[in-house]
Amino acid sequence: MGQQIVNGLFLGSIYALFALGYTLVFGVLDILNLAHQAVFMVCAYAALVLVVHLHMPMVAAFPVAILAGGLLGMLVDRIAFKPLRGRSDSNIAGLISSIALATILEATVAQIFGPDVERFPFGTVPTRSLKIGDAVVSELQIIIIAIALLMLAGLTWLLRRTRLGRRIRAVAENPRAARVLGVDVDRIIAASFFVSSALGAAAGVLFGLAFNNVAPDMGRSVELKGLAVIVLGGMGSMPGAALAGLALGLLEVFTVAWIGSSYRDAVAFGVLFLVLVLRPRGLLGSAALREA
Amino acid sequence: MSLGGLQDFWLTYQSTVAFVGLNGLLALSVYTTLSCGQLSLAQAAFMAIGAYASAILTFHTQAPFALNLAVATLLPALVAVPLGLPVLRLKGVFLAIATIGFGEVVRIFFVNLDFTNGALGLTAVPQRTAIWMIYAALAAALFVLWRIRGSRAGYALEAIREDEPAARTMGIHVARYKLAMLALGGAFAGLAGALEAHYTFMVAPGTYSFTRVVDMLVYAVVGGTGIFYGPVVGATFLTLLPEVLREVSSRVGLQPGPLRLFVNGLVLLLVILFLPEGISSLPGRLRARRRARREAHAA
Amino acid sequence: MLLELQDLRRTFGGLAAVDGASLAVEAGEVHGLIGPNGAGKTTLLNLVSGLIPATSGTIRLDGVRLDGLPSHRIAALGVTRTYQNIRLFPALTAADNVLVGAHLKRHAPLWRRMLFLPSAAVEERAAREASLALLERVGMAERARERASNLSYGEQRRVEIARALASSPRVMLLDEPTAGMNPGEVAAIAELIRGVARAGHSVLLVEHNVKLVMKVCDRITVLDFGKVIADGTPAEVANDPAVIAAYLGGEAAA
Repeated sequence: MGQQIVNGLFLGSIYALFALGYTLVFGVLDILNLAHQAVFMVCAYAALVLVVHLHMPMVAAFPVAILAGGLLGMLVDRIAFKPLRGRSDSNIAGLISSIALATILEATVAQIFGPDVERFPFGTVPTRSLKIGDAVVSELQIIIIAIALLMLAGLTWLLRRTRLGRRIRAVAENPRAARVLGVDVDRIIAASFFVSSALGAAAGVLFGLAFNNVAPDMGRSVELKGLAVIVLGGMGSMPGAALAGLALGLLEVFTVAWIGSSYRDAVAFGVLFLVLVLRPRGLLGSAALREA
Repeated sequence: MSLGGLQDFWLTYQSTVAFVGLNGLLALSVYTTLSCGQLSLAQAAFMAIGAYASAILTFHTQAPFALNLAVATLLPALVAVPLGLPVLRLKGVFLAIATIGFGEVVRIFFVNLDFTNGALGLTAVPQRTAIWMIYAALAAALFVLWRIRGSRAGYALEAIREDEPAARTMGIHVARYKLAMLALGGAFAGLAGALEAHYTFMVAPGTYSFTRVVDMLVYAVVGGTGIFYGPVVGATFLTLLPEVLREVSSRVGLQPGPLRLFVNGLVLLLVILFLPEGISSLPGRLRARRRARREAHAA
Repeated sequence: MLLELQDLRRTFGGLAAVDGASLAVEAGEVHGLIGPNGAGKTTLLNLVSGLIPATSGTIRLDGVRLDGLPSHRIAALGVTRTYQNIRLFPALTAADNVLVGAHLKRHAPLWRRMLFLPSAAVEERAAREASLALLERVGMAERARERASNLSYGEQRRVEIARALASSPRVMLLDEPTAGMNPGEVAAIAELIRGVARAGHSVLLVEHNVKLVMKVCDRITVLDFGKVIADGTPAEVANDPAVIAAYLGGEAAA
């Protein structure tokens, strides 16, 4: 049982990290950024390249990859979302242009690296494990959970205690009012994309390390799970995304343990469906944005 | 061109022609809900239902193919009803997400169903589809959409697309129309699924993924969702493009798979940014620009 | 009594936008609804047309309860409306907008059209002609083929009225139809409204133009802070001290 909890929290913290970025952009722009999973994937590759070809230790490669992710996110905003601001169909159009950009990124990576799975070289991360109670926990798992918690804390601090965070929250609530109050909405949106994509990049690197699996299509299944997480947590709610990410991780692990591995993915989507039909605002979301 | 040359051409490009037709039908299945302003991404699941139903009938009964196709068309439409009732009242992206969830659940269901051989799917499905059938189905779908346009129902759908609450206050039963369009889209997708299964000899759950329905959406958007034949234009263009690219890619030393993906993404991006009403809106736009230029000259 | 509102209440959070309002509209009557900004007039119309649910109270059309019914059922019972900020379908032409308005009146089964039956073509032609006739009535016949988004403000308002008339409603709810119009246009609308009433449709008219209301309405209800503060003929309302105090004040001279 303890083992399942550890595994569940471990998986869940990666889901949570991914979902945080997803839900941040949704909260600010009311648009689903389906290129998020592409940034997730590209930065896993970035870390791989840094470690394998530039011989950087992971401790250095990680922040570099995250930075790259943030910048890539700003590029995504600039190319796929900014030109559509003000258009009446900006929601669906934004969805579609982010899909387009994700496809372009995935194709580029597949061309450069080929479609096969890549792995981090042995020794990139510690491989020892400890026993806590009756659970076997690897050092890697502990590190990943710790990093996820740190980033969550960092995000919370950013949003609640800094001027940037206040401005982001203002734009999320009411962009027009924020503009009137002197906020440079476009810059704040760009900053939100930076933060969101940095989180996605972190999730990508950690995912790649955790499962030792980096492939051009690695973002696809996580993207869909990510949808389930943000819906469960409440679209636009950061604490919701964190909570729901952990919950989904635990739910999946327990499903595999008790029912069987073939239904593991069905859990996420079953939950997604039920939430949307029964309580569209999720666990912690606001009631405002649901029904037609 | 000699008869032999024609035969060679056909041999090489037969499957392309088939897929132009199939993709056109699939693009229309996404268009039906878009035409009343709803983004539904469940069509891959409807396609799967049609494909599996038809293949199972082929394996276990002696039913004529027409019956298979009829079942493949009707069954998804029926499934669309209990799906649509709770889900169609969701707004915008929430509807899209709910239908994505539905699609994944169906796919996983088929992956785990032993009766249909799970993840491997059904192979050695006899080829019963002829190219003319595909185009007959496409023509039928286009016909239906053509007749709807300009009818009382067609105007209601346009009203729903433009302004749902206002449409309601004109007596339009919005929920019913949305459901009908979801079912119609499901029917198109199911029919395409059955035709494809009996053309490619197989039915595998991996074919009916989120990626597949995104492809359908891309065909519809690139072609243009402002007019009922727009999606078919998009499907034709994007199905033929890889054939052209295949020549290019080998010469330039690029992998055909990633190149096709890249070009699809690029075309989609360019369309959504610069030609949002799709390729099918080009003639209208050019005509309008020529008219404006003529008027400017006259002035 | 055709349309009867009794003790209608609608609260948002802690605020009552409509606070125990009662009014009655007779058949063939033009009934004005005036009051200062924020008095709850548009909210009241939204309640009657079913866009928002009432917190309490009843709405009856010829004895049938409207409150709690979905919008399309209310429309089917004979209530149509125009909107304060004009909600024409922008991509459709003026004629097509009015055609949509006739949705309830049309009987056009799709299968007839699929089979190219002459009855379908006949029905369509009749519907289009009726739509043009309505545009004629509001003086917009020459602009019938124009996209709604290309029409001027005043033109759009007139098309919206034609659209609301298209289903031969028993009651038409008009939300500030003359906002932003010049006196000539206002007079035309006034004449139009009187014509509509003469033809047998009742009108519930929300307006800021008090002179228009006084001229065109048979009876007037005055709303302030969601409550009815006066109800009667134009003469009665104009002389009601509560009304003068709350609202008319300097506007009686306008």
